[in-house]
Amino acid sequence: MTQGSGDLVQIKNVDKVFKRGSEEIHVLGGLDLTIPDGEFLALMGPSGSGKSTLLNLIGGLDRPSQGSVEVGGENIDQLSDRRLAAWRARHVGLVFQFYNLMPVLTAQKNVELPLLLTHLSRAERKKRAAIALDIVGLSHRNHHFPRTLSGGEQQRVGIARAIVTDPTLLLCDEPTGDLDRKSGDEILDLLQALNREQGKTIVMVTHDIHAAARASRTLYLNKGRLSTELEE
Amino acid sequence: MKYLYLVWSNLKRAKMRTSLTLLSIIVAFMLFGYLGAIKQAFNQGIDVAGLDRLIVRHKVSLIQLLPASYESQMEQIEGVDDAVHQTWFGGVYQKPSNFFAQLPVEPEEYLEMFPELLLTDEEKEAWFNTRTGAIAGRKTADRFGWKVGDRIPINATIWPRKGGERTWEFDLVGIYDGAEKGTDTTQFLFRFDYFDEARQNGQGLVGWYTVRIKDPERAAEVAAAIDSRFANSSSETKAEPEGAFLQGFANQVGDIGFIMMSIIAAVFFTILLVAGNTMAYAVRERTNELAVLKAIGFTDRGVMGLVLGESLVLAGLGGAVGLLLAWLLVSLGDPSNGSLPVFYIPARDFIIGTVLIAAVALVAGILPAMQAQRLRIADALRR
Ligand SMILES: Nc1ncnc2c1ncn2[C@@H]1O[C@H](COP(=O)(O)OP(=O)(O)OP(=O)(O)O)[C@@H](O)[C@H]1O
Ligand SMILES: [Mg+2]
Repeated sequence: MTQGSGDLVQIKNVDKVFKRGSEEIHVLGGLDLTIPDGEFLALMGPSGSGKSTLLNLIGGLDRPSQGSVEVGGENIDQLSDRRLAAWRARHVGLVFQFYNLMPVLTAQKNVELPLLLTHLSRAERKKRAAIALDIVGLSHRNHHFPRTLSGGEQQRVGIARAIVTDPTLLLCDEPTGDLDRKSGDEILDLLQALNREQGKTIVMVTHDIHAAARASRTLYLNKGRLSTELEE
Repeated sequence: MKYLYLVWSNLKRAKMRTSLTLLSIIVAFMLFGYLGAIKQAFNQGIDVAGLDRLIVRHKVSLIQLLPASYESQMEQIEGVDDAVHQTWFGGVYQKPSNFFAQLPVEPEEYLEMFPELLLTDEEKEAWFNTRTGAIAGRKTADRFGWKVGDRIPINATIWPRKGGERTWEFDLVGIYDGAEKGTDTTQFLFRFDYFDEARQNGQGLVGWYTVRIKDPERAAEVAAAIDSRFANSSSETKAEPEGAFLQGFANQVGDIGFIMMSIIAAVFFTILLVAGNTMAYAVRERTNELAVLKAIGFTDRGVMGLVLGESLVLAGLGGAVGLLLAWLLVSLGDPSNGSLPVFYIPARDFIIGTVLIAAVALVAGILPAMQAQRLRIADALRR
């Protein structure tokens, strides 16, 4: 993926249809979206409008029913499952609402997880995980298991795991949705810093206007399309 | 290797369930190893049976006797190299439960026929020169604490001495070892000339013959020639390869192999259910986590491998510990206190055990692994 100015994500005329039995659910229809490199984009919209679905398409976790998804010059909808998995490992960091950490692994081992897919040595993996935990301000919690950490701390581990492979793109699905105001603000500070200081392109789904205010741009998803205004 | 930590951590998640599953696999493999040793004991000798040896017995049954004169007649048959006879003495040493085979034989010829019985030259010499001399296998000698020079009294059940005396006394002149692991070292062998002269009746009759042939390829042909040589005589014969004879002997006890296989099959069927259930839960409970692994870049196959790896660690650990325990138990001695001619787990069973481990791992893990492989991230993360 090329760094510097330009468009990182280009989504053209994307449809997404889910089949539930014989019923078809049209979630996205003819959607276009361009995300410049280095942007911090907030996605808002009513529940069920397809925000997570769109995020999944950008991150290569799912494929469009129609249209193309280009990230960093690569048409990811054309990649085989195997290549797509490898592409995700290299280029995308994911942050989830409910953290999704492995309960059986310590913070350190959770953060190391994506590095298992690289050729890095054990020592190198350990070092990088430690750095990532340091960036999120959790180096003193290395050996703690997720259940012994607060929600805010768990989300920091989640962010450390997302940035440990140094991806260009961070996709966050309601990262503060499960946190109180103070912890949520700290997470937003962190994301903002990652965007400003490390140049990460961030797409964040949120229901919270305060959270969206931290982003450089906010888009609203409604009835399968994006707009700059919240329309009723 | 770096994934082993992940696999292991996942197994530790449900410690109780993992331990119980592990325990049942251990017990199954222990049983497999131990029964293997028992089966080997009953089939004793079949593996080490000489390919160039035939057993010739009375056509009607093993209990019927044959004339001692058959020996020289058989040796004249084309393709026969040598023939020696043996007779079942069936005596009791101290008490009936002290079972071991006692056979009157021609010492020199017998040792030539069975080079797997190892004696020192002095012991051989002593046996050839002592009319009441006998040799015993190491296992039996150790079992009763016999030493060379001991006088061994044995009570006849089939063969009383002239005048009706039932106690025979033998001088132990040698203790033989086996050249191979499977060699029977429980036999007690004494001289036929002494036996034949002293027994009350049956002079000139022997139990059965072992015949060495010149060319193992022609075993069937030579066996047929022997049987036809004595056809229509008062004592017709049945000649067959030593291995087949021993197999038939073992089968008289019941088809031990079949009984053991049935037990083992039932046990393994049960552990497949247990292990399969454990693996199914392991995947069901973790749908979300497996989807997250895929989301951060693990391939479908990679996740499948992780699940199979878990199954393999479970089966491998349980199987290895089970076989090790079986081996320890077997080396503590046989359950009958030494009546079994041999008692060890044959190398073949360790190989079969390894194959079984892989089979258990695969069968228990394959369905959950495929389920994990097919998991779609977008669906799984919504749950
Ligand atoms: N894998 C799927 N299979 C079937 N239907 C799906 C799937 N994913 C999403 N949908 C449907 O698509 C629509 C959009 O779902 P999505 O999760 O993208 O909404 P969202 O905007 O993220 O909502 P929320 O704010 O509640 O998270 C919903 O109607 C949902 O039921
Ligand atoms: Mg959502």
